Amino acid sequence: MSLDSEAVSKIAHLARLGVDKSEYETYARNLSDILTFIEQLNSVDTQGVEPMAHPLDASQRLRVDEVSETIQREKFQRIAPRTEAGLYLVPKVID
Amino acid sequence: MFQKSISKLAAGLRDGEFSSEELTQGFLDRIGRYDSQLNSVITLTDSAALEAARAADTRLKNGDATVLTGIPFLHKDIFCTDGVRTSCGSRMLDNFAAPYDATVTAKLKEAGAVMLGKTNMDEFAMGSSNETSFYGPVKNPWDQQRVPGGSSGGSAAAVAARLAPLATGTDTGGSIRQPAALCGITGIKPTYGRVSRYGMIAFASSLDQAGPLATSAQDAAYMLEAMAGFDPRDSTSIDQPVDQYAQTLDDDLSGLTIGLPKEYFGAGLDAQVGAAVEAAVEAYKKLGAQVRDISLPNTSLAVPAYYVVAPAECSSNLSRMDGVRFGYRCEDPKDLEDLYVRSRGEGFGDEVKRRILVGTYALSAGYYDAYYLKAQQVRRLIRDDFVQAFKEVDIIMGPTAPGTAFKLGERCDDPVTMYLSDIYTIAVNLAGLPGMSIPAGMADGLPVGLQLIGNYFEEGRLLNAAHRYQQVSDWHTRMPAGFE
Repeated sequence: MSLDSEAVSKIAHLARLGVDKSEYETYARNLSDILTFIEQLNSVDTQGVEPMAHPLDASQRLRVDEVSETIQREKFQRIAPRTEAGLYLVPKVID
Repeated sequence: MFQKSISKLAAGLRDGEFSSEELTQGFLDRIGRYDSQLNSVITLTDSAALEAARAADTRLKNGDATVLTGIPFLHKDIFCTDGVRTSCGSRMLDNFAAPYDATVTAKLKEAGAVMLGKTNMDEFAMGSSNETSFYGPVKNPWDQQRVPGGSSGGSAAAVAARLAPLATGTDTGGSIRQPAALCGITGIKPTYGRVSRYGMIAFASSLDQAGPLATSAQDAAYMLEAMAGFDPRDSTSIDQPVDQYAQTLDDDLSGLTIGLPKEYFGAGLDAQVGAAVEAAVEAYKKLGAQVRDISLPNTSLAVPAYYVVAPAECSSNLSRMDGVRFGYRCEDPKDLEDLYVRSRGEGFGDEVKRRILVGTYALSAGYYDAYYLKAQQVRRLIRDDFVQAFKEVDIIMGPTAPGTAFKLGERCDDPVTMYLSDIYTIAVNLAGLPGMSIPAGMADGLPVGLQLIGNYFEEGRLLNAAHRYQQVSDWHTRMPAGFE
């Protein structure tokens, strides 16, 4: 499997991840190496094998639907980059 | 003092031979004297440590102490610590003071252990050499031109240099065992679900497990007992009582069956490492164990399966790092998209970006079946190999890493070669089994690790086997020169 710079740019956009144009080629090479390496998986027949999501095949535990946490908005917002009136601030989304 | 075992330190504290404050100050002094060489600590919490030590001294006087009360430890900077920077080795979280304690942090606090500071690590635990940290690489105390292993490299280097008697680590593909091996100390990764992941910053959620790094199996047993246990706040935590690991350390090994997977002794294994592992196996025979050759036929598929599963899960987990609610935010974002893209682009380092890109690609429309689903199927085959093997043997043994510590910078440009450093450890995470590394020799002045793999929830048996070996060997007592 081989990826080019254009593919890196597309994947980076999907991940909302800033990658410098000057680095596209290096990433394309690294990612291609990794994907080629991963292709070894195709050497084994896995037809009918149940995918393994949890090592102990445990299922999701459910809890009783009751209040267990208290609001700590101030504490949590103290570490936010920007807040105002209890809200997280980001650049304007709608004009 | 700094070479004493936990049980000796605990006895000294209990008998009033020395106080926790003195002990804590002693280790803080060692960090002050030596860590500029190693770079193993990101954040030193010295005044909080001394305060905790004084509180421990009160507990000790009141007869309300556990074996860890007043014992100093270093905490991997992946565990949230209320009010203390929790950087995860990343610029992204350089300004992040966690607003709560991880369960592991809370449990160690409750036991009365004294946190000295937070240790350096590969960025978001992604790395096998501690070179991906935003805070710079950690040096191996045995040879400062070499890496300590990763991702728990700061914890391993610090314990090896006796800058702390204990440290925490996490292990997603070998991140406790490989640095323990490369630094000549003891580390154990428990069964998946044994230690709570709550507040432990997630890398690959279906693989991550926390465990202790120590200078002996006995010390590791004490720390693991304090860390382990069911936690309703971690939905993958297993509700099963914790064994008293320290109680079974001396159990007789006669009748124990050890399996040696032929795939762990093939091409790619350094000859001196192989010889040291074989010598350790001989020592186990003298202790009464029987040895049998086994096969784990899907071994070669473990690293490729891991490099689908781990990046896929990391790309999903790390999407929360978006510059909105906490962590790094870029200057003057022109719109929301720009805020996400630049905050993440500037906040993450190269290896993290690589893995996010691989994971995003593997999970993107049209590729899910070919990559993630396929890898999860292979994962079951790998687990089934172990299940089959454990029908015949009690413990599986082999090398922890294919070689000893490599030179700084040597593998930075070649991700795939770096990934192969974890060839013997990764399958254990994919299967969710407990695994351990103990010092078992030296090769050209560098430590060699022996890996022990156990069946689900058999941490006690691993610690027992490790302890018995440490009763008849002295590799674990050796210290790197220059840290006396």
